[in-house]
Amino acid sequence: MSAPLFNALLELADDHLILGHRVSEWCGHAPLLEEDLAMPNMALDMIGAARSLYTYAGELEGEGRDEDQLAYLRYDRDYKNCLLVERPNEDFAHTMLKQLYFAAFMHPYWEAALHSSDETVRGIAGKSVKEVAYHIRHAGEWVVRLGDGTEESAQRMQAAVEALHPYVEEQFHMSSDAQAAADTDALPDREAMRTQWTNTVSNVFDQAKLTMPEVEYPQLGGRTGHHGEEMGHLLSDLQYMQRAYPNMSW
Amino acid sequence: MYSQGLIGADGKTEETEEFLAKFQARIDREEKIEPNDAMPEGYRKTLVRQIGQHAHSEIVGMLPEGNWITRAPSLRRKAALLAKVQDEGGHGLYLYSAAETLGVTREQMTEELLSGKAKYSSIFNYPTPTWADIGTIGWLVDGAAIMNQIPLCRCSYGPYARAMIRVCKEESFHQRQGYEILISLCNGTEEQKQMAQDSLNRWWWPSLMMFGPHDAESSHSEQSMKWKIKRFSNDELRQKFIDATVPQAEYLGLTVPDPELKWNPEKNGGKGGYDHGPLDWDEFWRVVKGGGRMNVDRIKARKKAWDDGAWVREAALAHAEKRATRRTQQAAE
Repeated sequence: MSAPLFNALLELADDHLILGHRVSEWCGHAPLLEEDLAMPNMALDMIGAARSLYTYAGELEGEGRDEDQLAYLRYDRDYKNCLLVERPNEDFAHTMLKQLYFAAFMHPYWEAALHSSDETVRGIAGKSVKEVAYHIRHAGEWVVRLGDGTEESAQRMQAAVEALHPYVEEQFHMSSDAQAAADTDALPDREAMRTQWTNTVSNVFDQAKLTMPEVEYPQLGGRTGHHGEEMGHLLSDLQYMQRAYPNMSW
Repeated sequence: MYSQGLIGADGKTEETEEFLAKFQARIDREEKIEPNDAMPEGYRKTLVRQIGQHAHSEIVGMLPEGNWITRAPSLRRKAALLAKVQDEGGHGLYLYSAAETLGVTREQMTEELLSGKAKYSSIFNYPTPTWADIGTIGWLVDGAAIMNQIPLCRCSYGPYARAMIRVCKEESFHQRQGYEILISLCNGTEEQKQMAQDSLNRWWWPSLMMFGPHDAESSHSEQSMKWKIKRFSNDELRQKFIDATVPQAEYLGLTVPDPELKWNPEKNGGKGGYDHGPLDWDEFWRVVKGGGRMNVDRIKARKKAWDDGAWVREAALAHAEKRATRRTQQAAE
């Protein structure tokens, strides 16, 4: 088994599961019915990708852990998602911006992963790259509408930018496991996505009349399990059934 | 949306006896009535009320099941539940569009829901405290909805009938999905079986009430049958549902919470059917009139989503106007 690839796949899988969880919290509570359909769609894409990644990670590990054991039955410090994805939904502006930031990273990442040395990774990338292109479009269009909408929406959008921008940098950081996976060409180098991320987001910000802030102190720690206070509450929801009724089939 | 042009259109008709007889003759020939056709005001109003209530039920129905999305016990169940709740929202959208062909807007209908003027299915005023409720809702609530809705695929109003064809296909999938959740529980541990039985105990009677009051007390039924908006009576559909569902409960090894339930070979013209105990109509009317466990919370949640989302909808409109203005300016230059 390849421990670094297993861990690097968990980083990716946790990113997708946790962001999918956050987006799914909107279901039934969206600002308009069309978004009550669109947000579960994005959540389904994210959770679908997480399932493929957990399943493959479990196969590589070879200890019989399936997608649910990896998704539900780890302690908070063992989740390796970046901090951006666990941030609370706050309002629709925060939610769409978070989705744009994540998708603007994942699109070039999955494109690069289409050339992975690992066949399963290539397969997951092939499916995900199409989905995430749609997420950029959907979230990007909303960021433009809200940024260049009313005075209130512009203020809320810029507030979301100020709040979430410190969490962007962590997406490009390479853990030692991610580095080892990149050294064998199994997964792409995260640092290499910086230019494309900036191009995608700048293009949206120009249309949205938003200003890209300078970040003095980036927020890091998710990859080593140093999560925020809200992560435990998210996990209490996510893990509730598996913890309250252990060892049962559902 | 093709219906937009019809909103606010003057659908007034002079309802002479000749006009009404001609309309009824079209219905009797099983012709579909389409949005631009002349129709009696009562027909239009009945459909607006019914389709609107139906759409609202789909939208409010997202809440009890949405309650379990973040806590679904496996990733497979989580994905299926998300897709299901999304389907319900899609049905709502579909049905609001069908109602718009009769000259009302989605905004008007939404305001009527939030003000309490418009009703939605009372079944969604019951809470979902356990995971088993997600299975039971699929099995019983969607099962009862299908029983009600299959005849609507032949409803005399074209847009509603066509919408129902797709809705029924998806509901049928939901029903099987719910039943599959219960199969897993009933093949599981003692705790899981108890969870399933407790859920059936809570949902059985409310599901039977979904078919509405007894025929004798159903105020809109007779005219709706004549107009072929409705094809079977409330009691007929309820009986069909019971006859189809009791063997499914037996297969699961669950007990239907009705001590008077008994097979009667004479019923249904000698084909056999189940006799059942009386429904608690006091409870039915209490929940219809707003006194159910979740009536207040459901509307509160919908109102919160609508109010909290107002700035988003306003921004989308403002942005669209800005773009249109810029296009006009560019064209003038």
